[in-house]
Amino acid sequence: MRKRSLSINLLLAILIAAASLSSTAFAAKEVNLYSARKEALIKPLLDRFSAQTGIQVNLVTGKADALLKRLQLEGRNSPADLLITTDAGRLYRAKSAGVTQSVSSLKLRDTIPAAYRDPEGHWFGLSLRARPIIYVKGKVSADELSTYEALADPKWAKKICIRSSGNIYNQSLVASMLSHDGKDETQVWADSLMKNLARKPKGGDRDQIKAAAGQCDIAIANTYYLGKMVKGKDPSQQAAAEKVAIFWPNQSDRGAHVNISGVTLTRAAKNRANAIRLMEFLVTPESQSWYAEANYEYPVREGVEWSDLLKQWGSFKADQLNLAKLGQNNAAAVRIMDRAGWK
Amino acid sequence: MEVATHRTSDRTALHRPGFWQAGVLLSALVLALPVFTVFSFIFVPAGEVWSHLAETVLADYLSNSALLVLGVAFGVLLLGIPTAWVIAVYDFPGRRFFEWSLLLPLAIPAYIIAYTYTGLLDFAGPLQTGLRDSFGLEGGDYYFPEVRSLGGAVIMLSLVLYPYVFMMARSSFLGQSSSTLEAGRALGAGPLRIFLSIALPLARPAIVTGLSLALMETLADYGTVQYFGISTFTTGIFRTWFGLNDSAAAAQLAALLMSFVFILILMEHYSRRRQRFFQTGGRHHHPLHHPLRGWQRYAAFAICVTPLAFGFLIPAGQLLVWSLSIAEEAIDLSFLQLAGNSLLLASAAAIFTLILALFLGYGQRLHPSKPVAIAVRFSAMGYAIPGTVIAVGVMLPFAWFDNTLDEWMRGTFDLSTGLLLSGTVFALLFSYAVRFLAVSLQSVESGLSKITPNMDDAARSLGLAPGKVLRRIHLPMMRGALLTAMLLVFVDVLKELPATLILRPFNFNTLAVRAYELASDERLADSSIAALSIVVVGIVPVILLSRAIRKSGDTHE
Repeated sequence: MRKRSLSINLLLAILIAAASLSSTAFAAKEVNLYSARKEALIKPLLDRFSAQTGIQVNLVTGKADALLKRLQLEGRNSPADLLITTDAGRLYRAKSAGVTQSVSSLKLRDTIPAAYRDPEGHWFGLSLRARPIIYVKGKVSADELSTYEALADPKWAKKICIRSSGNIYNQSLVASMLSHDGKDETQVWADSLMKNLARKPKGGDRDQIKAAAGQCDIAIANTYYLGKMVKGKDPSQQAAAEKVAIFWPNQSDRGAHVNISGVTLTRAAKNRANAIRLMEFLVTPESQSWYAEANYEYPVREGVEWSDLLKQWGSFKADQLNLAKLGQNNAAAVRIMDRAGWK
Repeated sequence: MEVATHRTSDRTALHRPGFWQAGVLLSALVLALPVFTVFSFIFVPAGEVWSHLAETVLADYLSNSALLVLGVAFGVLLLGIPTAWVIAVYDFPGRRFFEWSLLLPLAIPAYIIAYTYTGLLDFAGPLQTGLRDSFGLEGGDYYFPEVRSLGGAVIMLSLVLYPYVFMMARSSFLGQSSSTLEAGRALGAGPLRIFLSIALPLARPAIVTGLSLALMETLADYGTVQYFGISTFTTGIFRTWFGLNDSAAAAQLAALLMSFVFILILMEHYSRRRQRFFQTGGRHHHPLHHPLRGWQRYAAFAICVTPLAFGFLIPAGQLLVWSLSIAEEAIDLSFLQLAGNSLLLASAAAIFTLILALFLGYGQRLHPSKPVAIAVRFSAMGYAIPGTVIAVGVMLPFAWFDNTLDEWMRGTFDLSTGLLLSGTVFALLFSYAVRFLAVSLQSVESGLSKITPNMDDAARSLGLAPGKVLRRIHLPMMRGALLTAMLLVFVDVLKELPATLILRPFNFNTLAVRAYELASDERLADSSIAALSIVVVGIVPVILLSRAIRKSGDTHE
C-alpha cells in the first residue's frame, strides 16, 4: 500500500508540475515561439524585445522538422504563435502543411525584398545566409573560379570538400540549381561533382573549411561559419580560416546562392497582435545589424550597415529566385543527390 | 500497483491473477502505443519512394547498419568481458579504482565523444598539426586514419557502450559461487580453461543482456553517424521523412528497423530462457580475488586502463581543457537551472520507469502467458528506436487524445480544454519510459530470474499474496538489480536528446539540450561546459551503481 500511494503521489506531483508549466501559456502579455534558431542566436534579441514592449516571449528551441511536426499534431490547440526556421525549405513545408497564416504588415512587406518572403505573406525572411565557394589562397586563384556549375569541371578532380546531402543547405543549393538549370543538367552536375570530391562528405560546414587547410582546395560552406572561425578563440581554426578566401560565384548571371532564416505566424496563434509585433521587431535596423554582429549573417533589410567582417568579404549579387522554389524542389533535389551517390 | 491485504483468504488470491494479467497487458499496451503508432504506417501506401530508395540508397543503409552493429558487438565484448573478468577474479594494483571508473564512459553521450575525438584527430586538430610540424610534412604526405568513418563510429560507440557488457558480466562473474570455480580449479583446470569453460558459459545470459542493450542503442544512434556522414537506417529515416517528405516510407523504414530489433530482443530472451541457473547456498561467500604477480599485474592493469583512457580520460580531459579556455565568460547562473532540470527529469524518469518495469516483470513471472510476454516485449522495443521517432509516436496519440477531448468538450459544454498532455513534462516522462523501459526491464528481469521460483512457491504456500511476495521476498533480494535499473535510466535520460528537444515545455532546457545546441552549431569549445556537466552529474550514479553491483555480488548469492 505504501508503494502504491508513493507512485500515485509522484504522478500527481508530476501532473501538477506539468499543469503549472503549461499554464504560463495563458498569461496576458506574451508570445509563444517555436524556434529552430538556437537559443544563443535568438534569445538576446527576444530579451531586448521584452524589455522594450513588456511582452514576455516563451521559447522552445529544436530541430525545424520536429518543431513543425509538433505544430502540426497539436493542431488548432497549439500554443505556438510563431515558428522560426533557419532555411526557406522548412517555411515552405510549414505553409504546405497548412499550419501557417498570412500576415499583411506593411512594415514587413516594405522592408523585406520580395524574393525573401512568401508571395502570399505566410513567411518572411529575417536574415540572409550566403553559400559561396571558399578557396585556399595560393592553391587556387580567383580567376580560375566562375560558377557553381563550373565546379563539375574535371580540372577540380579530388579537390572539392562539401558536407553530406542530408544537410538542408546542400538540399537547398541543389534545389536552386534545379530551378535554374533543370533536372537533367543538375543530375549531370551532381554526378560530376561527386567525382571531384577530395573525400567522402562528412562533418559540418566548418569542417569543410578546416579541411580546406590541407585536404582540399575548394569548399562550399555558409559564410557565417567562416566568420565564427575567424572571430573564434581556437587558434587552429583561426589559422585554417586565414588560409582561405571567399569567391562569390555566378556574379555574371543569377548571383550567389542564398538562403534565409525566417519566421511564420501559425494558424493556431492566440497572441496574434503580439506575434506580429515581434516579427516587425526582428526586421528593425537594430535587430538586423545584430544578426551581422552576432552571427555574421547578412541583414535582409536593405540599408543596414554591415559589420566589418562582412564588408571585408565584399559585396555580392545574390540569387533573386523566390525562395519558395527551394521548398518546392527539395524532394526532387534529394533524389538527384541520392542518384549521384552523394552521401 | 497492489492492494495490500492482511487477510489472505483464498478468495483474494483467486481474484489476483485477473488483476495482474489485465494490469500488465494494459500497461504494456499503453507503453507500446508509440511503437504501434509507427508500425501502423506500414499500411499507408508509400508510393514509388520505395523503388527510388531500393535503386539508390537502401543497400547502403542495410550494409552500414549491419556493419555498425557487428563492429560494435565485437568492440563491446572485447572491451567489456576481459575487464570484467580480471576485476571480478584477480587482485592487482588499481582494481578497486577500476571497479567503478570503468563505468564512467556511460556518462558521456556518444555524439559528444564523436565531436571530441574529431576535434583531436582531424586534419586541423592538435595531433595531426603537431605531427606535421615536427616532421615537416604536408597534407597528403602521410597516412592518417580518418576518425569520421564507419570504423571510427564503431570505435566511438564501443567506447561508450562497453560498460553495459562490463557491468552485466562483472556482476555475473561475482555472482558465480566461488565453489563452482573452485571445483574447476580442484579438477586441475587452468585459469583460462576455467574462464572459457565455466565462467563464460555461466555468464552468457548476462553478457547477452548487456550486448543487446549496447546494440539497441547503436541502432538508435543518430548523432554520431550523422556527424560522421555514414548512411544508416537512422539517418535514412530522417532523410526519407524530411528530405523526401514521405512520412509513410520513413515510418516503414523505422518499422523495418524495429523488426531487426525484435529479433535481437527475442535472441536475448531465448538465450536467457535456455540457460537458467539458480544458484543456491554460499550465503556468506566473499568473492576471492587471486593476487597477481609480476608481468601479470601489468597486463591486468593495461587491460583495464585502455578502455578507461580512451572512453573517458581523454575525451573528458579534452572537454575540461576546452571548458577552462572559456570558463570565465560561459559559466553563469543559468547553468544551475539547467542542471536542476536535468536532475529532476532524470530522477523522476528513473523512478517512473522502474515502477513500470517491476510491474511488468513481476506480472510476467506470475503469469507467463504468450499474450503477456509478447505485449511486454513490444513495450520494450522503444530502446532501439531513434528518439525522434519515439517522440513522434508519443505526440501522435497524445495530440489526438487532447484534440478529441477538446472537440468533444467544446461541442458538449462549450468549453475548451486545450492541450492537456501535449507539451507537458508528463509527455516527456512518458516518452522516456517508452524509450528506456528495456534498460530497466532487463535489470529487473535478470534480478528476478536469479531468484528460484521455489521461493515464490514457498512464500505463496505460506499464505502470502503475490504483491506481498514481491515486496517481502523479491525486492530485498534484488536490491542491486533495482538500483542498477534506476541508475542506468537516470544516466540515459541525462544524456537523452531528441525526445527532450521535441517534447519539452516552453522555457525548459536541460544540460543535454544546451550541449547539443552549441555543439551542432560547431561551437565545440562552448558546448564543453554543458557536456562536462552531464559527465559530472552522471558520475555520482555511476559510482553508486558500481557499489551496488559489488554489494549484490557479496551478499545475495
